[in-house]
Amino acid sequence: MTGHDHDHHHHHHDHDHSELSETELRVRALETILTEKGYVDPAALDVLIETYETRVGPRNGARVVARAWSDPAFRARLLKDATPAIAELGYAGRQGEHIVAVENTPRLHHMVVCTLCSCYPWPVLGLPPVWYKSAPYRSKAVKDPRGVLADFGFELPDDTEIRVWDSTAEIRYFVLPMRPAGTEGWSEQRLADLVTRDSMIGTGLPKQPHEVA
Amino acid sequence: MEGAHDMGGVAWSGPVLPEPDEPMFHAEWERRAFAITLAMAMPGGWNIDMSRFARENRPPQDYLSKSYYQIWLAGLEQLMLERGLVTADEIEAGKPLHPTKPVARTLSPDGVAAMLHRGGPTQREATSPALFAVGDRVRTRMIHPPTHTRLPRYVRGHVGVVELLHGVHVFPDGNALGQENPQWLYTVTFDGRQLWGPDGDASVRTSVDAWESYLEPA
Repeated sequence: MTGHDHDHHHHHHDHDHSELSETELRVRALETILTEKGYVDPAALDVLIETYETRVGPRNGARVVARAWSDPAFRARLLKDATPAIAELGYAGRQGEHIVAVENTPRLHHMVVCTLCSCYPWPVLGLPPVWYKSAPYRSKAVKDPRGVLADFGFELPDDTEIRVWDSTAEIRYFVLPMRPAGTEGWSEQRLADLVTRDSMIGTGLPKQPHEVA
Repeated sequence: MEGAHDMGGVAWSGPVLPEPDEPMFHAEWERRAFAITLAMAMPGGWNIDMSRFARENRPPQDYLSKSYYQIWLAGLEQLMLERGLVTADEIEAGKPLHPTKPVARTLSPDGVAAMLHRGGPTQREATSPALFAVGDRVRTRMIHPPTHTRLPRYVRGHVGVVELLHGVHVFPDGNALGQENPQWLYTVTFDGRQLWGPDGDASVRTSVDAWESYLEPA
C-alpha cells in the first residue's frame, strides 16, 4: 500500500495530488448518493469522526498502563483477563471486544502486528497509525522485529527475547510496558504522561522521567 | 485467498517510516470514508469478514497502489454494488439515478455510541470440547483457499505450540460466506528458526491466532 500525501514519495507528488483530488471527489459523491438514498445520516458520520478524533485514542491506554503500574491488584486482573479490567476504566467495544494484555520484562519484549490488515485495539489505542498499516511493518515485524525496532531508533539487548503477536483473529493485544525507574511515588496522572502509543504496541519504550519535566 | 494483503515476511517492503505527531486522519476525505464505511455496515448488513474479503480480493497492483482508506473505499463500493444498494452508473454520475433499495436499519447520530460500545463480539457457546490443550504441539495445515482465510502464508505447514486457548469464536473463512461456523480458537507460537530457517532470529517467537480447523496434531 502507498502512504498518503505526506509520505516520502516526493517524485510522485503531482501524480498523487491529482489522484487524491479524484478520491476526494469520489468520496464526496458517494456521501451524496448514500445520504439522498437515506442509507446514511451525515450527522451520524460527524459523531463517528468526532469520537475517534477526540475521545478514543492512546490516552485511554496510557491510563490503563498507569493504573497497572500503581495498583498491583488491577495489574493482576489486567493480565488475567484484560477486557473486563479495561472496562473498569470505561473503555470497551468495537475492535476491543476480546483484549489480551501482555507484560514486558527485562528478558521479554512484546510487539503487536496485523500482517493481514490492520487489527488494533481501538478502545485503548484509537485508530492505527499509517506505519502500522503499511507493508514494511506488516512484512518485517514477524521476520525481523529487531530491524523494525532499529527503524524506530532503538535496540534491545541480544539476550532479550522478542515475542511477536500477529493479530489474525478478533483478539486484540495490548502491551504493558515496563515502568521507568525513578518514578516511585508518582501519581497515576503523572505516570500516564510517560506512556507513549508505541510503547503499548511494542515499537517504543515509555518516556523517561526527565523527558516530561 | 493469497492476495497482496498477506504480507508477513515479504522482502520487498523497505523500512518502516514512523511519522512524528501523526494526525488521526490526513485528509478530510479520509474522515468521511472512514465514517461512511462504519455507518454503511448497518444498512448493508455485511459482517467484518465480508468487508475484509472485499478489501483484499483485488489484483496486487491495485491493492498495493491504493492508500489504506482508498482500499476501504474500494471494498465498500464492492459490497454495495454486489447488493444493489448503489449502481456503477450512480457512482459514475455522482448522484442517485435509481430508486432506494429498502434496508432494515440505518445509523442515527444518537445510535453511534451504543453501536460502538456493542462492537461485534465473536465468542460463541462451546458445543464440543477443544481438541488441543495449552502446551500441545500442532502443525498448521497447508491450505490455499481461494476465499477469505486468516491463516497467513508464512505459518502454513509449520509446527508450533499452543500457548493460549480463547474459547469458541466465529470462523472467518465461513463468516465471509455467511456461515459463522464457530470453532475453538488458539494462540499458536512458533520459533523464529522454525518459520524462517537459518536466517531466522532464534531470540524471536511469533504467534498467530488459529482456529481449530487450521491445525492438526504434530
